Amino acid sequence: MSQSFDKLLDARGLNCPMPLVNARKEIGKLEPGQVLKVMATDRGSVADFQGWVKIAKNVELVAQETESVDGASVYIHYVKRTT
Amino acid sequence: MESSIRTQAVDPTQVQALEEKVRDLEKRLRDVEERAPEDRVSLIVFSGDLDRVLAAFVIATGAAAMGQQVSIFFTFWGLSVLRKGRQFSGKTIFQKMMALMSPRSSQSLPVSKMNYFGVGAKMLRSMMKEKNVSSLEDMISLARDLGVRMIACEMSRDVMGIRESELVGGLECGGVATFLAESLKSRTSLFI
Repeated sequence: MSQSFDKLLDARGLNCPMPLVNARKEIGKLEPGQVLKVMATDRGSVADFQGWVKIAKNVELVAQETESVDGASVYIHYVKRTT
Repeated sequence: MESSIRTQAVDPTQVQALEEKVRDLEKRLRDVEERAPEDRVSLIVFSGDLDRVLAAFVIATGAAAMGQQVSIFFTFWGLSVLRKGRQFSGKTIFQKMMALMSPRSSQSLPVSKMNYFGVGAKMLRSMMKEKNVSSLEDMISLARDLGVRMIACEMSRDVMGIRESELVGGLECGGVATFLAESLKSRTSLFI
């Protein structure tokens, strides 16, 4: 099962607050209804993205998953721009 | 079939009383709405310690990314973050001493613990770089990009003898009411 998305943001290697800040910038470039896929290695980003969608009015977290790439965890967030 | 609707005599004074009540409620609702906090975060940066200032900017940029309107009020030692250089001429002896002993820019801020004449701060910076954490200077410019308002406290700037020409551009200046006007409308206010 794989989630569809319109744009990919590679935030691997970046630390707090950069995955969130960059995702916010990218989501602003999308059309309402489009989905941004964010790949991050920052473990805190899992909770950060959940917090973001709770507060911001124009985003929705479609899915979150964790992948293992070469033994390292990659946290994947699918964020949808709603309006 | 006989209509079941029965007309009732309406007492005009009752209607008037109701209208008044509605007007009163509308006014109270407006007052409550005016006083309700908005999507704002306001920070006071009082400290000039690198570690504390970093925390402030992580919160500021994070909040801005989450769609909050962020303002940072810099006062006392926090003004060092905004310095771009230092001048001595025309200052009183105490102001000259202050200028000599305080950091010349954000680059030379000390850490709050284990500073050891600046070695600690350099160490922290290199450890952050190793972990790919943005530097303080990157975060300051990022905060500007995200529309974070930066306000320099007029009173402490004047007391410490820091001239406006010694500070970076793009700042607002203000006093306690400037901060309070923001913080009273904010959901979160922090003193750092």
